[in-house]
Amino acid sequence: MFQMIVKRLLGALPALFGVVIVTFVLTRALPGDPAAYFAGPAGSQEAIEEVRAKLGLDRSLPEQFVLYLRDLAHGDWGNSLTTGQPVLTELAERLPASLELTLAGLVLAVVVAIPLGVLAATRPGAWIDHLCRAITTAGVSLPTFFTGLLLAYVFYFLLGWAPSPLGRLDPYTTAPEFITGFYLIDSLVMGDGATFVAAAKQLVLPAITLALFVLAPLARMTRASMLGVLSADFIRTARASGLHPLKVLFVYAFRNALLPVLTTLGMVFSFLLGSNVLVEKVFAWPGVGSFAIEALVASDYAPVQGFVLAMALLYVLLNQLIDIAYGLVDPRARLES
Amino acid sequence: MSAHHPVPLASTWHTLRYVFGENPLSAFAAALFAAFVLLALIGPWLAPFDPLASHVGEPLSSPSISHWFGTDALGRDILSRVIVATRLDLGIAIAAVALSSILGGLTGAFAGYFGGWFDRASTRISDTIMAFPLFVLAMGIVAALGNTVANIVIATAIINLPFYLRVARAEVRVRREAGFIEAARLAGNGELRVLFCHLVPNVMPPLMVQISLNMGWAILNAAGLSFIGLGVRPPEAEWGIMVAEGAQYIISGEWWIALFPGLVLMLAVFCFNLLGDSLRDLIDPRRRT
Repeated sequence: MFQMIVKRLLGALPALFGVVIVTFVLTRALPGDPAAYFAGPAGSQEAIEEVRAKLGLDRSLPEQFVLYLRDLAHGDWGNSLTTGQPVLTELAERLPASLELTLAGLVLAVVVAIPLGVLAATRPGAWIDHLCRAITTAGVSLPTFFTGLLLAYVFYFLLGWAPSPLGRLDPYTTAPEFITGFYLIDSLVMGDGATFVAAAKQLVLPAITLALFVLAPLARMTRASMLGVLSADFIRTARASGLHPLKVLFVYAFRNALLPVLTTLGMVFSFLLGSNVLVEKVFAWPGVGSFAIEALVASDYAPVQGFVLAMALLYVLLNQLIDIAYGLVDPRARLES
Repeated sequence: MSAHHPVPLASTWHTLRYVFGENPLSAFAAALFAAFVLLALIGPWLAPFDPLASHVGEPLSSPSISHWFGTDALGRDILSRVIVATRLDLGIAIAAVALSSILGGLTGAFAGYFGGWFDRASTRISDTIMAFPLFVLAMGIVAALGNTVANIVIATAIINLPFYLRVARAEVRVRREAGFIEAARLAGNGELRVLFCHLVPNVMPPLMVQISLNMGWAILNAAGLSFIGLGVRPPEAEWGIMVAEGAQYIISGEWWIALFPGLVLMLAVFCFNLLGDSLRDLIDPRRRT
């Protein structure tokens, strides 16, 4: 088992290498001359040359790539021009906020989508099946930023159920002490019920917005793979042997149907990390996405590159986790590797 | 195939009626598609007001007889802006999808047919693209290349490339050793001729399905990029940027500024997804879910 995990992680190396090459190319494709930029508008030709030598921009591309790798490994991801802080520190500070939102959205989507898909597959043609189809077709058509605004309008402005859609906490609550950076977990650990409720209230709308978007592919895949498994011979045999219908459904069918759903999770994470940026902007969520957008607007590129790299690393890692989970659920995948 | 006999009109009509009768939603989607294409073509002449002119109405007035969708903070007519934006939004998506389907389709077909180092290299590139969360990669590409509409098209094309490459490669590979290809080779056709005249026509149907499924996602992607301030600059009318402009007013109750462009955007994406689904059911019923 341990060996398999190590093998999987090593298998991620080509993907990681590709990611770093792409971010390197993106860094080099920056508009304008970084040396001229750092030397300032009053910089003379010699000053520009000096900065260029200091930044290593006068060397050949392979040399620059090695320098880039060294800087990345040392945690030097450049500085944000607007805040003056190292990009890596800024990203690390904001990452828990984004992760809390992403995971909340994912959990919500899974909790709704999987039962919906299973129910739709067990009752083809019934109202729940039509509901499932309607949700999966409509769900992928929703622009996340628009659904977010709509939810904010209905639940904040019209109904007044949700707090104002700005940030992770209302202005009267102080953030819990930093333990994991997840406000929900930290406030629970501290035993601070009021903060927990306040944080949960702020989290509900953005999490629903994210969940609505990724619900569709999950429900669609669950339904399709459940339908496929339920018509298989071994299910007929299990039923003919007089096993309890619920046992057939959950022990025999569901476990097998789960595999394609796990595979879809990779795509779902790609959607989640992407639409997270949009949802963060709509709800003024202080995560890495908002940080990247602010930097983009200010033409401050180091944070944007750092953000792209961080998200890609996270995504590669998540895909490896999915692969490992796949091995846990399906013994055949373990044997193959 | 009746390549030498033109299909009689009655038969085409019969097929259309059969297809739409099977799934009335497809008929709805097709009508919607026609409407969007019409808006994109003649939108500027249909718009009641100049989309860029401010103070054609009282600023921030709610929908009324003279301004069906209301006006925004500068007193611009939202209905006109939504109509005129159709061309830009669809244009970006169509250009991006055309670019990536042609490039991805050709690369995939070559890779699938000839294999070897070209196959390995193109597969490696497409795997690398897929190693990124796609929207985030698009953000990075636009940031690096520069903040213009053309670069939005390029970024959207790049992130969609792997899908076409994979479809074309897989479809060519399964047919590479088929009997009719052997026959074409034995008849003395060159490799390129076999690929383009005998294999590529067979790849077209699944590629078309991929294109129509992809269109909605391309529109969403482009609108998302302009929502965060990339590509299209104000005062240009574009659905994503209009939603962004209306975002700050929605919590003070001026819902119409963001609602109408958002709804139309949603409708356009929905229309393309429905069309893609029905096209897939028609061409490849096994993949129906």
